[in-house]
Amino acid sequence: MREEKNPAILCRDVRKAFGPVMAVQGLNLQVFPGELYALLGVNGAGKTTTIKLLTGLLRPDGGTLEILGKKLPQEMEAMRRITAVSPQETAVAGLLTVRENLELMARVHGLGKKEGRKRASDTINALGLQPVKDRRAKTLSGGWQRRLSIAMALIGEPQVLYLDEPTLGLDVLARRELWREVESLKGKTTIVLTTHYMEEAQALSDRVGIMAGGRLLAEGTVEELCEKTGGENLEEAFVRLVEEEPS
Amino acid sequence: MRMRAFAFRNLRELIRDPMMLVFFLGFPVILLVLLSVIQRNVPVELFVLSKLTPGMAVFGLSFLSLFAGTLVARDCGSSFLMRLLTTPMTATDFMGGYLLPLVPAAAGQCAVCFLTAILLGLAPCLNMLLCLPVLLPVAVFFTAAGLLLGTVCSEKAVSGAASLLVNVAAWLSGIWFDLSLIGGVFEQICRFLPFAAAVQAAQLALAGDWAGALEPFLLTLLWSGLLLGLTVWLFHRRVSAPA
Repeated sequence: MREEKNPAILCRDVRKAFGPVMAVQGLNLQVFPGELYALLGVNGAGKTTTIKLLTGLLRPDGGTLEILGKKLPQEMEAMRRITAVSPQETAVAGLLTVRENLELMARVHGLGKKEGRKRASDTINALGLQPVKDRRAKTLSGGWQRRLSIAMALIGEPQVLYLDEPTLGLDVLARRELWREVESLKGKTTIVLTTHYMEEAQALSDRVGIMAGGRLLAEGTVEELCEKTGGENLEEAFVRLVEEEPS
Repeated sequence: MRMRAFAFRNLRELIRDPMMLVFFLGFPVILLVLLSVIQRNVPVELFVLSKLTPGMAVFGLSFLSLFAGTLVARDCGSSFLMRLLTTPMTATDFMGGYLLPLVPAAAGQCAVCFLTAILLGLAPCLNMLLCLPVLLPVAVFFTAAGLLLGTVCSEKAVSGAASLLVNVAAWLSGIWFDLSLIGGVFEQICRFLPFAAAVQAAQLALAGDWAGALEPFLLTLLWSGLLLGLTVWLFHRRVSAPA
């Protein structure tokens, strides 16, 4: 069914090296509109490099990248109008309030002052940021900062959203809260989520891609991966796939 | 619109930083008061307000390098710049956004210096207002220097490098002593660099000697243009050409 649609994200044989280290090698990836695709991998697997390649922050050494039909790097500006990223580290302006951070991002995405203010208010309401809306970002807890960081990515209403380890360092309650927010976007926004947490990938994703050593080892639904490896759950499937991979 | 929004963010970050207020506004004012008190108690003309005030204004502006550098280095070192780099913002939006808020900051700093000098006894005159555009090139120079340092250094390194620049600017500007007293190669170097030229241009402008102020003003303008060009090029390379 999904294969009948044109992919929102298309990578063909994408490669990226840093000196002698191959960070991403021969990456072939298709993510379909409205799908939530989780990229799983241990540290140094190439997940963040993949996100940087998809967002144009890094230029590939080879291969082709297309986001909603926009070829990279030729149509970078057009691509950036329809995508957004919530980076691994919390990326907020510390001395601005929550509302000011959101208004800044709204205007950076081309909204006028009035419209930007309205969009910021809507986002504050949608993501439950009312209790902290007038507080400076650097005074917020990690959980609130992370939520603000995701709100800043969402305010431009992107068609494709990259969430790079969005729940890293959050306590279990804050993580669950963020899961609910991410789940509410499913079907409307194409999401690529990188994570270390198996239960996160299992709970949220339509499909999972497992990376190690810069390569995509396997992909599919959680059930497909379990079936393929004989693992009882995603964690077992992941361990079997990664351990089979020569280091 | 993007540039303006980013410029407002940077202005807010600057004015909400307490260290900014202490160094940028407080330090030159304290020095101006202290040196004026010293001048009243010595029999020779060491720190005359009409000469000292433009010098203090230039000294105060040198702190722009510290603020601009720290702001850019902090953005470059955190994921905040990474986030902005994935938006439709262009290199021009970034550079304009960093430069624009420093213009009102520079004007405010100069105004505070001259108001303090008036309170200390300097006769108010129209030339004080006209001094502000004369000081603009050196404000751009220090801002560009800060942006350059912030582009190439880490946040920790930028504070050391900018502090060095503030000290070099202070010693080579002729604020504390007459450069001709030392003379020789030292004086030639000082005259070649923009710091002494900026002080001299502002002192002559305050005195109403516009013809005399033109040459040092043009030298400062030239330095500012060159440094700004280099900074824009370097920054553009950083944000437009991913590895």
